[in-house]
Amino acid sequence: MGWGLSREDRQGLTLIGLPFGYALIMLAAPLVMVVTFSFWTQNYLDIDRTLTLENYKAVFSQPIYQTVLWRSLRISLIVTIVTVILAFPIAYYLSFYVKKNKALWLFLITVPFWTSYLLRVFLWKVILGYNGVLNTALLQAGIIDEPLTIILYNANAVVLTLAHAWAPFAILPIFVALEKIDRSLLEAAEDLGDSPFRRFWRVTFPLAIPGVVAATLIVLIPTVGDFITPKLVGGTDGLMVANMIQIQFGKANNAPLGAALAVTSMVFVAIISIGIYFVGRKIGGKVAR
Amino acid sequence: MKRGMAPEWLTSYAVAYMIFLYAPVILMPMFAFNDATVIAFPLSGFTTRWLEVLWSSDALHSAVWNSTIVAIVTALASTFLGACAARASARYRFPAQRGIIGFTMLPLVLPEIIVAVALIVMLMQLGMSLSLWTVVAGHVLICTPFSIAILSSAFASLDQSLEEASFDLGESRWGTFRRLTLPLVMPGVISSLLICFTISLDEFIIAFFLTGTDATLPVYIWSQLRFPTKLPSVMALGTVLLVLSIGLLVLAEWFRRRAARRQGLDASSSKGML
Repeated sequence: MGWGLSREDRQGLTLIGLPFGYALIMLAAPLVMVVTFSFWTQNYLDIDRTLTLENYKAVFSQPIYQTVLWRSLRISLIVTIVTVILAFPIAYYLSFYVKKNKALWLFLITVPFWTSYLLRVFLWKVILGYNGVLNTALLQAGIIDEPLTIILYNANAVVLTLAHAWAPFAILPIFVALEKIDRSLLEAAEDLGDSPFRRFWRVTFPLAIPGVVAATLIVLIPTVGDFITPKLVGGTDGLMVANMIQIQFGKANNAPLGAALAVTSMVFVAIISIGIYFVGRKIGGKVAR
Repeated sequence: MKRGMAPEWLTSYAVAYMIFLYAPVILMPMFAFNDATVIAFPLSGFTTRWLEVLWSSDALHSAVWNSTIVAIVTALASTFLGACAARASARYRFPAQRGIIGFTMLPLVLPEIIVAVALIVMLMQLGMSLSLWTVVAGHVLICTPFSIAILSSAFASLDQSLEEASFDLGESRWGTFRRLTLPLVMPGVISSLLICFTISLDEFIIAFFLTGTDATLPVYIWSQLRFPTKLPSVMALGTVLLVLSIGLLVLAEWFRRRAARRQGLDASSSKGML
């Protein structure tokens, strides 16, 4: 049995070999290249392959990159918090109060997500614009006297649009965590005299933490790299790191700097994600068996 | 414990939230059939002329064609890779299993811009030119994890003793796969094909970075959004796509439930979908 592996082992490895090989060639190798690439420099069309920290120096010293990086992280964190807080009651409602048709509700929640992402974002621009749907409605209802301008082409618009775009990704993991909670624990808490409020904070919420952590990470990580929303509804002070990366690969013709920006933002996101994971582990409740 | 009705505020919140979720989706058909070139209220009458515009645009037709090819190849390739991984993780035990499967699932949690940048850097270094095939390569990478997730439950609930019985009765490995395993997981496979097709059809960032001169549908839509006069027909296009996507999803869900029922699981449970 060559290489000390059993027949079983080898069959399994052969089968996984294809998808794993694909991921190695198309993901691991490119990622290694991006990191290497970020230490090179570009002079118009020529790539200089001497290793240098120039790009990272630029990323960490030039105010524009600093601003964009911090803004991306800040907006993503706000989006994540808003999305998860908005999603939690829905997941709770689905898990505890919807008796029949749970699958139908889940389906209805995912439907908007399957419409063209570009067009969904664009339609938020239509809703939030100066002559947009929201302003028209508020004007006609007499709630405001002149159109609101604080709702489009800034960070608020980006937060709202992304909270909409990532809603199902936040609801589903929380819903799964809530579904797993043993209902007899809640009855026990009630029998022992906990008010519904205390029961929620002492039993339900701690047990839902794994779902909340999963939702947080699922929303946070891709949001940092979003490119369409900031470009369409963000205006100039809503541009995020992905837009900057795209500019470096496109117009600015400085791909290595773009790679350095990508690597830097990934490292930040990874650190924040690991932090969130461990905080969740610490405050999350466990049921002793 | 009272577990009857939801408190009133929670029900109202759920309704409000669903309105928030559906707001853009409901507006799109309204503007698609609105007889005006501006995308704003008040609406001014019903028309189908924006739909008719779609029929006469050659750029759109080639974008649809490109996207269809990319999505079909992506769906087939990702479902094949996904099936290999799902089968390996459900049926076999091998060293570093969790790590290997986890790595294959990684594109699910990577921002698309990182995947796009990584692939374009590699292609630049290898001196390869961009084309629809490079888009396919990127799409297969991000669709495979979805396929693994869908097919894992199909393969995991497969009763292994059935296959052993088939071997004992003298069926070959290939025969067992073709006549027993494949039919049992087929609904999952179809569901995976449809989901991957839909994801690829709507994917923008990777397509935007990796496409050469041939635009896919989202890249085409992106280019149209800059021209205010093109917007109503973009809304019409979006409406057509919306109807198509919902149709495909209903189909995928129907196959998934059939698979669950066939294997004796609770069909209304949400397991496979999550």
